[in-house]
Amino acid sequence: MNESAREHALKVTLLRRSQLWKNAADRTRRLAGKKTDDAADAIFVADDYRMLAHDVAKVRRLLPDSRAREYLETAYAQAHASLHRPAWHPGSALLSLFRDEIPAVVRWLRPHIVWATALFILTVITGYSMVHTYPDLIALFASPELIATVERGQLWTEGLLNVVPSSVLSLQILTNNIVVSLFAYCAGFLFGLGTLYILGLNGLMLGAVFAFTSLHGLGNDLFTFVVAHGCVEISVMCLSGAAGAAVGEALIRPGAATRAESFRRAALQSGKLILACALLLVGSGLIEGYVSPNPVFPLWTRLAIGVSYWLFMIVLLTGWLFGARRRGKAPPSLP
Amino acid sequence: MDLTKGLVVDSVTGVDVALPIAGPGARSFAFIIDWHIRTILTVAWYVVAAMLHNRSLYVNAPLTPDSAWFVYVIAPPAAIYFLYHPVWEVATRGHTPGKRMAGVQIVSTEGGAPSVGSLLARNVFRLVDSFPIAYAVGLITTMVTRHHVRIGDLAAGTLLVYVHDGAPLTGYSADRLAGNQLDATTAEVVSELLQRWETLDNTARRRMAQTILADTTEDDAILRARLESLGTGGPS
Repeated sequence: MNESAREHALKVTLLRRSQLWKNAADRTRRLAGKKTDDAADAIFVADDYRMLAHDVAKVRRLLPDSRAREYLETAYAQAHASLHRPAWHPGSALLSLFRDEIPAVVRWLRPHIVWATALFILTVITGYSMVHTYPDLIALFASPELIATVERGQLWTEGLLNVVPSSVLSLQILTNNIVVSLFAYCAGFLFGLGTLYILGLNGLMLGAVFAFTSLHGLGNDLFTFVVAHGCVEISVMCLSGAAGAAVGEALIRPGAATRAESFRRAALQSGKLILACALLLVGSGLIEGYVSPNPVFPLWTRLAIGVSYWLFMIVLLTGWLFGARRRGKAPPSLP
Repeated sequence: MDLTKGLVVDSVTGVDVALPIAGPGARSFAFIIDWHIRTILTVAWYVVAAMLHNRSLYVNAPLTPDSAWFVYVIAPPAAIYFLYHPVWEVATRGHTPGKRMAGVQIVSTEGGAPSVGSLLARNVFRLVDSFPIAYAVGLITTMVTRHHVRIGDLAAGTLLVYVHDGAPLTGYSADRLAGNQLDATTAEVVSELLQRWETLDNTARRRMAQTILADTTEDDAILRARLESLGTGGPS
């Protein structure tokens, strides 16, 4: 048999198997679409995968530009994806996330959290000093309406609930805070500079506004307004900044991995913390909508709420809430 | 299929899995379809809810909006618009209606279904990709990166590949092939020609049939019958 005849015979043999390919593709599609509970289908997929791999190798050589190849490549890729799809258990995945993974991320980000917090405190002090020394500089940080209100001896938060209901206020605040938190994280993509900017700007604004209200004898009132929700809100801002800084550092100092791989790892790991931050901001938004503007709550109640919620944040981020320490299980360390 | 242009994934079988990567065109097409769907849903919800709230055909916000206005009229459409992608992608592990219509799917760089964390991360980074307007950053990134990915995909370790769920397989007549009367490539051409016969222009299909059959017959019906008898049996 000459080479051409041999090749033709091989092609014929290969194409005679087209019904097998169709059966394999149908089985994979049924399993992928969860349209079958048939155990036989699942058992057959492993055999189908081997058979398709064998035929893909042949068709690539014998019929490289054919429809048969396109069909086989697709069927093979689908079988590969079906076989390699990890089991999906949302309950245990969530438990593992909050009990093991987020505490591990917090430990990994500890230096970044320290630096982000230090930067935030520094900018708060700077903002406070600037406006305390030169009150006119408040125009850089606050709107004219806010300045006019404070100069009249009132806080802009007074009577807030007469204008907007608590539910709406909460929704607006938590949405805004979550967006700022996500921005602080994503801005790390600009080699950490975006994160520094967001952290720094927020710190300056907080310090400046506190200084301005203090100058008009409203500092205590502002503290009373802020303390219930602010403990966690400000902490979350620092945590988001730390996550963004980690993303930025991964780009600046990728280490042994490529820059893209390092960025991917840092973004995925620190993203878990952002999820926890978003959940904490929902609680913060509710407190800011229902407790902070309501004059019924005295200072000690607000302090108790603020400190309790901050402790809850610590318990959540360390995994203690889900029994990480009780079980004596050390959370896995990050690479 | 050119393996050098796709994602090649190692397999335990020793035969690589080749996945054709979707470029900026397919991605944009999918996005535009999704954008239309979510915009229509958002506007529809707002209009209907606003009319029900106002008890008239007037859809503007009242002068002093109450809680119900925000909870039933504003919040749901905002959620539909901003959570459309993450919810669809997580629920279907990498699909949206637009991606299905464009024939693309999100996969991890290992070729499998992406994790929930990856899907959420790629959506969070839309904040960067959508800068400054109309996803300019994302679009430019898909044009300059090797795997045509946006920044969200870089962060999540995902990419978009083409899926051909309905890729047809030509009906090969083993007897004809074995009898050396028809090679595999010709069988595919004949099958495709017969499949598209009714939609092709008369002159064009006659010219192609004459070329394949090496026949000068002008009658369409005869040419079609001869093609069918050539042994493909039409598409299966």
